[in-house]
Amino acid sequence: MVPLYALETRGITKRFGALIANDQIDLTVKPGEVLSLLGENGAGKTTLMNILYGLLRPDEGQILVGGRPVEFRSPRQAIDLGVGMVHQHFMLIPAFSVAENVVLGMRKKTGAVISRTRLRSSIREFSHRYNFDLDPDARVGDLPVGLQQRVEILKSLYRGAQILILDEPTAVLTPQETGDLFRVIRHLQGEGKSVIFISHKLNEVMEISQRVTVLRLGKVQGTVETSATSPAELAKMMIGRDLAAPSSPRTGGYTGPTLSLQGLTVRREGKEACSGISLDVWGGEVLGIAGVDGNGQNELVEAILGTAPVASGRVILDGRDITGKGPARAIDAGLALVPEDRQTRGLIMDFSIAENLILESHRAAPFRRGFFIDEAQVNRFAAGMIQTFDIRSGGGASAPASSLSGGNQQKVVLAREISREPKVLVVMKPTRGLDVGATEYVHRRLLEERAKGKAILLVSSELEEIKGLSDRIAVMHRGAVTGLVWPDVSEEDLGQLMTGAKTMLSALGPRGGGEQ
Amino acid sequence: MLEPLFSLTSIIALLSSTMRTTAPVLLAAIGGLFSDRSGVLSIGLEGFMLAGAFAGFVGAFYSGNLWIGIAAALIAGMLLAFVYAYFSVSVGSSQAVAGTGLVMLAAGATGFLNRVLFRSSGNFVRVTPFQPVAIPGLSRLPIIGQVLFTQNVLVYLAFALVPLTWFILYRTALGLQIRSVGEHAKAADTVGLNVTLTRYACVLVSGALGGLGGAYLSLAHANTFIEMMTAERGYMAFAIIIFGKYNPWGAMGASLLFGLADALQLKLQVAGVPVPYEFLLMFPYVLTLAAMVMAGKTTAPAALGSAYKKN
Ligand SMILES: Nc1ncnc2c1ncn2[C@@H]1O[C@H](COP(=O)(O)OP(=O)(O)OP(=O)(O)O)[C@@H](O)[C@H]1O
Ligand SMILES: [Mg+2]
Repeated sequence: MVPLYALETRGITKRFGALIANDQIDLTVKPGEVLSLLGENGAGKTTLMNILYGLLRPDEGQILVGGRPVEFRSPRQAIDLGVGMVHQHFMLIPAFSVAENVVLGMRKKTGAVISRTRLRSSIREFSHRYNFDLDPDARVGDLPVGLQQRVEILKSLYRGAQILILDEPTAVLTPQETGDLFRVIRHLQGEGKSVIFISHKLNEVMEISQRVTVLRLGKVQGTVETSATSPAELAKMMIGRDLAAPSSPRTGGYTGPTLSLQGLTVRREGKEACSGISLDVWGGEVLGIAGVDGNGQNELVEAILGTAPVASGRVILDGRDITGKGPARAIDAGLALVPEDRQTRGLIMDFSIAENLILESHRAAPFRRGFFIDEAQVNRFAAGMIQTFDIRSGGGASAPASSLSGGNQQKVVLAREISREPKVLVVMKPTRGLDVGATEYVHRRLLEERAKGKAILLVSSELEEIKGLSDRIAVMHRGAVTGLVWPDVSEEDLGQLMTGAKTMLSALGPRGGGEQ
Repeated sequence: MLEPLFSLTSIIALLSSTMRTTAPVLLAAIGGLFSDRSGVLSIGLEGFMLAGAFAGFVGAFYSGNLWIGIAAALIAGMLLAFVYAYFSVSVGSSQAVAGTGLVMLAAGATGFLNRVLFRSSGNFVRVTPFQPVAIPGLSRLPIIGQVLFTQNVLVYLAFALVPLTWFILYRTALGLQIRSVGEHAKAADTVGLNVTLTRYACVLVSGALGGLGGAYLSLAHANTFIEMMTAERGYMAFAIIIFGKYNPWGAMGASLLFGLADALQLKLQVAGVPVPYEFLLMFPYVLTLAAMVMAGKTTAPAALGSAYKKN
């Protein structure tokens, strides 16, 4: 007899000190079902998933797999009972090959001595079955994120997962890769497997799942059939109010080019990653950079910051030439940067939230007093930022960044960079991992900064975000700017520009900017 | 006077001696490799060696049996390693501090006990060292027979450990486990591997092999215990692992370079070259470190030196 639920939790509660991350959670997953889990940043989604995977032990409550109560002391038991998890921040070993990552910890299956040929062919076969197209010998660190994610999924499937947990899998994917992932999910569903899908994007939730469970402040807010709900209703359940429609009132005018890239060429590993890029970002303007990931956007940003070698061309910030002068000079000149990877570039995970918030300004007033750091000032500042940006930390400003939920980590980086009052703000995927409410807030903040006359360079692979916020859009393809267009550009044109099928350079300066 | 240095017999003798000067460092380096690959800095090797040198000598001297000395050296090295593992893995203290602290402890304790046990008696105490064992057939090969196949058992063991370690690290599930813990402890944890246990085991192996390397010095080289007789060979082993790119074959190459320089230096001392002997003593260390600097960058295991705390 097939049990009614593949997985069930009853009254799961988990506390971190005074904070109740999960409060009496009842959750059910049916066999062959995709269940979405929705909730604000810090609502307790990842915590709950870690409990289901045996990484955390609940303080109270029960887990049932296939109708039988179980107790997980470590992921080992969860794995043995067919639970697999792809973590929000991947758990892969970059220095290892795909094959090594997949069979790690599977001595029962591989035997004490690992036969490389047998391993290789079995992984090829598995990879083929799900259309993954993975080379077992490739070094995982060399793979793009989309493929790394497949390695993570393969890892779980190889262990015989019947219930697969995907924690914000689409946050790192391009729209096309998301489509591929959805095909994989449907394939798994066809094999009778269950999937728990976490995402902040309501349209994805609507598309892929049969039921949605909403968490709010650690509690289950409700579970609904996807066919009987709407994105607006889900948002309301999640944040407890209606979502304001995004608006971008134009207030200030354009104040002339603040950031000027003049024929910038960057070489990486012998290849030209950026070829002769010339762009002006005006004060009071958001210039969006669209393009498929890996078309030179990272190198361009690194060249502006001064961490990638510039082969030729110049970076002028507010009249100062900062080409190749390094990050300290660039920051002094008025640059702020929100990097793509918050965990390795944006934050020092072992440092406290307060320390992370003053990382670049600790050397100057008001945080420095003589030779020392003025703790009182730092704490006051941190408390203010935590409030303004709604950073939800159980342990306050002195808790380490690593104790924050993914979205709240992102808010720390944003708070630090925006609060420095830079002249130029470079933001890469600023709302990656943020819930709908926080996304709305960040978008509003960026537009406010624009109104204050800041020049904003927005790099994102989400077209909706780019079109909604930008005054002009530059499209990058293979290291070159193939398009410079207005935000009312058609999806079709944008698609062609992104694949390099055509070029279109119409928006050379902001509308009306030339009259300044 | 220098001329006989370069005759064929002289070169054979030098190479044969190189095998013996290499063995103690190589043993320690192979042990340390396990520790490093599991993510725990092998900075306590010097202490494990000293403890092994002393315990090995005491065991062999009082029992009259070299193998009892070896057993004592293994135990002494592992005991010290256990303390190190406790601080670096369980407590999560700074590994550099815990490791060097233990080296000082070993130096003080072996020096003190040595005086208590032997110095007061006034006579110079010795053991009959490990003797060369000629491998039947192979030892009669020209040149190679002398150099490679007429050595004591510890030399054979040291070199046999190289391919064995390579096989364990790169061809077995256990090796994959060790390396994964050293690269990304949390990733290992999420697939159900026991990070703490793995690291303890690897540190104990480094204690055992470090102790063995130390016992080599007292039971196969000097035939007695002398205070601080390891002469920083444990620290050299620590550097040699890096120089050897965290790979047993590399460690063997680097150890051989050190061993060759050491053998040459000994020979020059005996030949009485007119250079202050302190400079000759320095030579192998300087050469190995210089070679290491020139070899350029190596990639250490990503989690090397950082403790892992579960939630
Ligand atoms: N190890 C920890 N120590 C202290 N607090 C923690 C720890 N892990 C999580 N928390 C807190 O528990 C709450 C829930 O975090 P969790 O990571 O489950 O959120 P989430 O719903 O996954 O959010 P996001 O969408 O941002 O990923 C947060 O307030 C977080 O700060
Ligand atoms: Mg999360």
